[in-house]
Amino acid sequence: MPKIAEVCRHVRSKNAGPFWITVDFFFTDDDSFARYRDAPELGPDLFARLFGTDPGGVKRVPVDALRMIKISYPRPHPQGWRHERDMHGGQQFARLLSVELA
Amino acid sequence: MSELERTVTKVIVPSGMLGAGVKREHIAYGLAQGAHAIAIDAGSTDSGPSYLARGVSKMNRESIKQDLLVLLQMADEAGIPVLVGTCGTCGADASVDWTRDIAIEVARELGIGLRIACLYSEQPAAVLKRKLAQGKIRPLAPLGQATDELFDACDHIVALMGPEPYMDAVQRGANLVLGGRTTDTAVLSAVPLMRGAGVAQTWHAAKIAECGGQCTTNLRRGGVLMHVGTDHFDMEPLDLGNRCTPESVSAHLLYENSDPFLLVEPGGILDAKEAVYTQVEPRITRVVGSIWRPMPYTMKLEGARGGDYQTIMLIGIEDPEVLANLDEFHDRMHKTLVDRITATFGDEAGNFEVSLRLYGWNGTSGQPVPADTPPPRDVGVLFVVTARTQDLADRMARSCNPYFFHMPIRFDMELPSYAFPFTPAEIPRGRVYEFLLNHVVETEDGFELVRTEWVDVSSTGTVEHLETPNA
Repeated sequence: MPKIAEVCRHVRSKNAGPFWITVDFFFTDDDSFARYRDAPELGPDLFARLFGTDPGGVKRVPVDALRMIKISYPRPHPQGWRHERDMHGGQQFARLLSVELA
Repeated sequence: MSELERTVTKVIVPSGMLGAGVKREHIAYGLAQGAHAIAIDAGSTDSGPSYLARGVSKMNRESIKQDLLVLLQMADEAGIPVLVGTCGTCGADASVDWTRDIAIEVARELGIGLRIACLYSEQPAAVLKRKLAQGKIRPLAPLGQATDELFDACDHIVALMGPEPYMDAVQRGANLVLGGRTTDTAVLSAVPLMRGAGVAQTWHAAKIAECGGQCTTNLRRGGVLMHVGTDHFDMEPLDLGNRCTPESVSAHLLYENSDPFLLVEPGGILDAKEAVYTQVEPRITRVVGSIWRPMPYTMKLEGARGGDYQTIMLIGIEDPEVLANLDEFHDRMHKTLVDRITATFGDEAGNFEVSLRLYGWNGTSGQPVPADTPPPRDVGVLFVVTARTQDLADRMARSCNPYFFHMPIRFDMELPSYAFPFTPAEIPRGRVYEFLLNHVVETEDGFELVRTEWVDVSSTGTVEHLETPNA
């Protein structure tokens, strides 16, 4: 079972305003993009499990021209809360890299 | 001049942030292409709620002044206006005034005259309570409906301006427009919209150019020149060695944005789903097919406040026994410190919290590490206590100091001493700040919640506050 890091050439995360994190998955080739573009393993449950977000709030938009998927989720706590560890959300992608896909 | 050239508006976007540094040769290139304006953003919520809650700039005064020296001098020579959006990071009224005073100082040093329009969009709670009562405030996900108490709780509230006040200011003769909180795109859109460029093309170009060189292949080589026509726009880097490619340009729509195709702005929505990106020259990418859907006018609201206070301490640990048992060490240390504060402060402790973050182990995520993870060579343990005053947080940190410093991993060993890098060990960190608003307010138009003030600086350096000049 391949890991996300093995089918994507680049994965990044960033704040999208103070209340959202957005994660960009850039796939390595057309085959892997076609295979995972709509894959349920990259669904709301994964983000709920890894980030504690409300699965009902997760948004997913594939961008075919760039062979990528953008997945955005509401922050469980707004940016800057008292236990903030990643003010800009820039390191949140890391825990996705080792997730195994079918 | 061809018909195409006459109907194209060119705007220099020197960088993504005023104060980040601008190069004279980049501005000179844009001016040589016939630029009609220089427009630049100076704000963002990206660095967190502290700046809006305090109404201060993240960027230091010297960096802002350095960029304004270049931009105002070159714009003055070329006779074109400079537009700055979201002055002083947060765009509060005081941040506009702070930037205005720097600009006055710059004008005096350069010996140039300047007609400054200051646009203010900070909102008193009372105005928003009235809007709320009229049903004109809506929440944006994931927040719920606003309340009067929520507005009262904010230290500063700003509404994000659209381009209309900027257009009006330029039409009335401003050669420097300093805006309070504004959408990143609106400040770049104002002059093309004023000159009759395509509405969809303008907003789309502005979205691509909002971070300066971020839409180029080498984002360290300066900003961009937007060429906005009636049915297309072109994006060109200001540096001759840099390029805008269909990929670098289209990929910028992804940036810090939860939807890569739809962008909600005051007065409408940009839909970039059908846009087509083409390399028309080696350095220039052309975009067609953008769509603008007019909507009733709304302004987004941002509000923030300061809350409790924190004090921090840091230790380094290289003791292999501790490093081999870090999760146990963390849990025992946390319990020891919480017990210590509770026992020492009693009722005064109030609703305090202690957080320990093990950098080098799982400090960034705070999540459990996989079971087979080998011990690190070194960890930094950051202690953070949160309490209702700075004094209380400082005293709590001091009460924890001996335990944080000396807690052994085994009770049958002599007391270790972990590595403090500073004395005194505790560092008063200041307040915890938070954003409270993620709402939109319906307005009559782009001016209802905006105030404009005029300041003239003469070439001899005298400053005069003006009544609104005529167009």
